[in-house]
Amino acid sequence: MVAKTKSNAKGVIPRYSPIQILNSEGELTGPSPEIKDELLLEIYKYMILGRTFDQRALSLQRQGRIGTYAPISGQEAVQVVSAMCLKEDDWMFPTYRDYAAMYVHGMPMRDLFLFPMGHPQGGRAPQNVNIYAISISIATHLPHAVGAAWASKIKGESKAFITYHGDGATSEGDFHEAMNFAGVFQVPLVTICENNGWAISLPRDHQTHSETIAQKGEAYGIPSFMVDGNDPLAVYKVVTEGLERARAGEGPTFIEAVTYRLGPHTTADDPGRYRSQEELDQMKQKDPLVRTSLYLRKLNLLSEAEEAAMWEEAKTVVGEALKAAESIAPPEPDFFFHHVYEEPTPNILKQMREFVAEEAE
Amino acid sequence: MAKLTMVQAINQALRQAMESNPEVMVLGEDVGRDGGVFRATEGLIEIFGSERVVDTPLSESGILGTAIGLAVYGLRPVPEIQFMGFLYPAFDQLVSQAARIRTRSTSRFTCPLTLRVPYGGNVKSPELHSDSLEALIAHSPGVKVVTPSNPYDAKGLLLAAIMDPDPVVFAEPLRLYRATREEVPDAWYQIELGKAKVAREGSDVTVIAWGSMVPTSLRAADMAEEEGISVEVVDLRTVSPIDVDTILRSVAKTHRAIVVHEAPKTAGLGAEIAATLAEEAILDLEAPVMRVTGYDTPFPVPAVERSYVPSDRRVMESIRACVKF
Repeated sequence: MVAKTKSNAKGVIPRYSPIQILNSEGELTGPSPEIKDELLLEIYKYMILGRTFDQRALSLQRQGRIGTYAPISGQEAVQVVSAMCLKEDDWMFPTYRDYAAMYVHGMPMRDLFLFPMGHPQGGRAPQNVNIYAISISIATHLPHAVGAAWASKIKGESKAFITYHGDGATSEGDFHEAMNFAGVFQVPLVTICENNGWAISLPRDHQTHSETIAQKGEAYGIPSFMVDGNDPLAVYKVVTEGLERARAGEGPTFIEAVTYRLGPHTTADDPGRYRSQEELDQMKQKDPLVRTSLYLRKLNLLSEAEEAAMWEEAKTVVGEALKAAESIAPPEPDFFFHHVYEEPTPNILKQMREFVAEEAE
Repeated sequence: MAKLTMVQAINQALRQAMESNPEVMVLGEDVGRDGGVFRATEGLIEIFGSERVVDTPLSESGILGTAIGLAVYGLRPVPEIQFMGFLYPAFDQLVSQAARIRTRSTSRFTCPLTLRVPYGGNVKSPELHSDSLEALIAHSPGVKVVTPSNPYDAKGLLLAAIMDPDPVVFAEPLRLYRATREEVPDAWYQIELGKAKVAREGSDVTVIAWGSMVPTSLRAADMAEEEGISVEVVDLRTVSPIDVDTILRSVAKTHRAIVVHEAPKTAGLGAEIAATLAEEAILDLEAPVMRVTGYDTPFPVPAVERSYVPSDRRVMESIRACVKF
């Protein structure tokens, strides 16, 4: 397909064909951004950790050891690489599917397990980790990311903020209100749409009649880009540039990262009901891990044995995190009374006393 | 000390909050150059600039949603929604986000914002400009609801709301914005949230009201006095959480209670107060708890709105019926 392009003063949005540097065969299709060998290896290591965590979490859900889980397989490149581009004191506003991004930005893997286990610690990154609490309802966190980035700008900081959402979120009002505010108030925020093709059972072309999702960012006056989200080099280039603009006070960036959800929406649905095996087989060819491995092999950065060791190491890391998660003490039964207001109101205090007395019987 | 209307007292509170706390900012539609549709924010942009007094796009969910982010990141935003009926588009951000950030993050993230929103009818405005949604919000744990009934309370309660560590909806009875003037101290003062005030002492029946229904209830109490009935009026000031102790103390004395609110009757806060009295004070009561409220219909057009909003006469009739029971 011939890529149509449209230029404007703020950005270039290739229509039909996203920005790509590394194709599915692990070959460069354009000049690579400057990226150190160690960082390339680190990126692949975290992609493997993400895939390993994901496979383990899926099997744990089937065994009843964790609750509903939203898989990430297929989306490791955009999540890992975008998070790698952040500095430690930058802020991340993730969705419930951004396990790999959160892990890279400092969320302990133990706590990633605690979230689908329903433990309150899973909703709270450690105090020194700049990750916001996950809001389950779609797109509701986007205005919060805009507001926090705005506050940082008001305070005169030069931090960058990153937030994620899916293709389905772009149909929500909060997406549009958030992007409009981001544009008007020129906040230091990079918004990444992980367009994974499906919002549960609704395909991308039924979600919106727009040619691209990137143009929705452009509509709000935000430099907007469409990128191959399974291409770590292209994601690195576009996200790095967006974060630089944010830190330089040049306002927001919107990125549509075209990727694919290889698994179900969550462990509660069966994709066989709504999408074909042919499509899945075709999309597996675009797996971000496959092309990254091929590329590293071509660069002679990673031998077969070294790669096998990476997978083994990932299994160990995931296994230890799971062990830590399963051995954490459950919350006190009355803990939920304590986090509604700073000081519990008289009615909450009264109900809590009644509850504790009943529990004691 | 100067004699101020309620809207002037609110304006003074906002100015003093911004003078004392660099993290306080106001945002909303027309709050800057226009000074707000009711002039509540008049003059603030000239003093504090457009970075702290922010004219926003016409976007209720955007205003409240970004205010949440501002609050989470350490500021104390005071967003304004122009009328309570326009809060509906922002309701998700209010009840599922602002109210729950603390719970969701087990108190790592908090949301110290104060949402100012005029409410109530009898000012001849178009549809959705007159709604009273306090019961809907009170049903959402994590947010407080405060409503003043006079200029003095408006300033003290608003300053307390702005300094509160949790989200507060500050519902301003727009019929009272310019209804009266009273002495309002120039200095900073706060009125504790969650505490009701006995606005008038009496011994025969307790009338519980808030916002614009307080002056209505006080006038009805004057009328009742002429008939020899002594009415105690409790002004809730904070409608969530309700100050149950003050209500119980009053009812222990009068043995009779009437709740007056402008919102529809069914599942309103009158029902909550009546149920609480049934649980806590059934043996004190010598009459059923009565309710004088708006009707279970959408707020009507201005031509008939006076029939909808509880009047002095309707409250008076309820007082008579309660005492005679």
